[in-house]
Amino acid sequence: MTRFTINGKAIEVDVEEDTPLLWVIRDEIGLTGTKFGCGVGMCGACTVHVGGRATRSCVTPVSAVDGAEITTIEGLSAEGNHPVQTAWRDLKVPQCGYCQSGQIMQAAALLQDIPEPSDDDIDAVMTGNLCRCMTYSRIRDAVREAATAMKEERSNG
Amino acid sequence: MIKRIFTGGVALAALGIAGFAIYAWHPAIDPVATPPADSFAPAQIEQGRILAAAGYCATCHTAADGAPYAGNYPMKTDFGTIYSTNITPDRDTGIGAWSEEAFERAMREGLDRSGAHLFPALPFDHFTKMSDEDISALYAYIMSSVPAVAQEHRDNDLPFPLDQRFLQAGWKMLFFDEGRYEPDPAKSDEWNRGAYLVEGVTHCGACHTPRNALGAEETDEMYAGAAIDDWIAPPLTAANPSGVAWTSSAFFDYLKTGSSRYHGGASGPMAPVVHAGLRELPDSDLHAIAVYLGDMVGAPEEDPATNPAVIKSLEAGIPRQDYRADQGERLYATACASCHYNSQQIAAGRPDLGINSAMRLDDPTNLIHVMLEGVKADQGMEGVVMPAFGSTMSDEQIAAIAAYLRSTRTDKAPWADLEQKVADIRALGAAAH
Repeated sequence: MTRFTINGKAIEVDVEEDTPLLWVIRDEIGLTGTKFGCGVGMCGACTVHVGGRATRSCVTPVSAVDGAEITTIEGLSAEGNHPVQTAWRDLKVPQCGYCQSGQIMQAAALLQDIPEPSDDDIDAVMTGNLCRCMTYSRIRDAVREAATAMKEERSNG
Repeated sequence: MIKRIFTGGVALAALGIAGFAIYAWHPAIDPVATPPADSFAPAQIEQGRILAAAGYCATCHTAADGAPYAGNYPMKTDFGTIYSTNITPDRDTGIGAWSEEAFERAMREGLDRSGAHLFPALPFDHFTKMSDEDISALYAYIMSSVPAVAQEHRDNDLPFPLDQRFLQAGWKMLFFDEGRYEPDPAKSDEWNRGAYLVEGVTHCGACHTPRNALGAEETDEMYAGAAIDDWIAPPLTAANPSGVAWTSSAFFDYLKTGSSRYHGGASGPMAPVVHAGLRELPDSDLHAIAVYLGDMVGAPEEDPATNPAVIKSLEAGIPRQDYRADQGERLYATACASCHYNSQQIAAGRPDLGINSAMRLDDPTNLIHVMLEGVKADQGMEGVVMPAFGSTMSDEQIAAIAAYLRSTRTDKAPWADLEQKVADIRALGAAAH
């Protein structure tokens, strides 16, 4: 039995302990915003937050998150208005959209650690999130815009 | 004449054996009625609970999926496998019939209630340094608060004659000094408190001090680092290879939270030592331990921002145009950098791999373990996990990342036979399941 919270809700699941967390999130809990991409931790589509840190859920065994707090794209912001999500909409970042929940979760974690990232910082942290539609330049723009918005929020706060 | 010499020799040998037998023999201590829980003061029980955590007693006295303190946890030694004993207050299979005197004798002298010698897998060479008050508190906690569980002890898997307990008397004669901790008057009270805890209940040397051929800690190599449970317990001295030297404040952060920003997290066998253990101590005791350990390393507190190892590691992480040249660099950029990359300075929660001891030890074991097995929420930084890349990466890929980091982030010699080492450690994990 593994226990954790997901988007603030306490969850208890009874699955094999090496079941990937992604399977549990999508199939057991039914939150399908988090996507399956490569299945080997190399594309970032399955990124969620565990303890506030971006984590590839397809290569994380569920036993590892016992007692942890998990946030998925559905829980990043109650209204879907995290500054990263707002910037993503403003700049119309998604094309097919498949990788975007992972991109957004990774970008949100990036801005928490590195609030004013340089292009190098964005490239280094976001390189692990692939986008087959090649929306990379818009992703970079949106990360910068979200960083600016968050900075204003802090100074007005 | 020859006959007389022979007879004399036999007599001497017999005397020697008789002498050893007298030395080795200890009386049983009579069983007692298990003391009722309310015979102990609540404050004493609480002190015992904290000390049991600080000694992480449950870690070795609890089998996987077993009841706490009911024993049969396998301790693999160079001599064979020793199963820990049941120390719940069960009267038949645990220590429910042990008086406090018997418990104290076990802790101080390594003898069970019947007078038989305990193997030094129980670190009585450390516990002997504890105060009467602390040993009494431990007894109070176990007798009052640990549920009694009937579980027979599994037979140890030791070859003859190592399984003969009376021979442990010889080991003790050679290597064991019974006696309470003696404060060093030249040092501060805080230092002495730290030394008392580290040398005694937290028994850090049991893993971090190398052992001799007979399994005793090498007293002239205290805390020099050693292999333990297929991991490496790094040196706790100036010989520690971390990029940023350990200091008192770093030790405090590590013991309080499970990780230190400039050193990494408590993984492998160290994870429960912190998370199910030392963290229960009050901050004043953690500070005292940190003062003692920091003094042992002997490094001044410094600003890591100016440390050459930090600067080198951060520079090596900047994305380059020829990013795609090396397989290890490619894999690192895709699988690792999203969490481990740092910008101008090292952020809390982004462990920088260039300065971690795992990257800088002569042996890559710890790094490979973490890459293959990941880090669970109750290890390292609490509530944070690292995925287990063993399920997705080949030995060659894991080795490529390790070699890439070692060569670009440190000035240490390349690790030899990396791929084989990965295969070996992967096989250990598979065998454990």
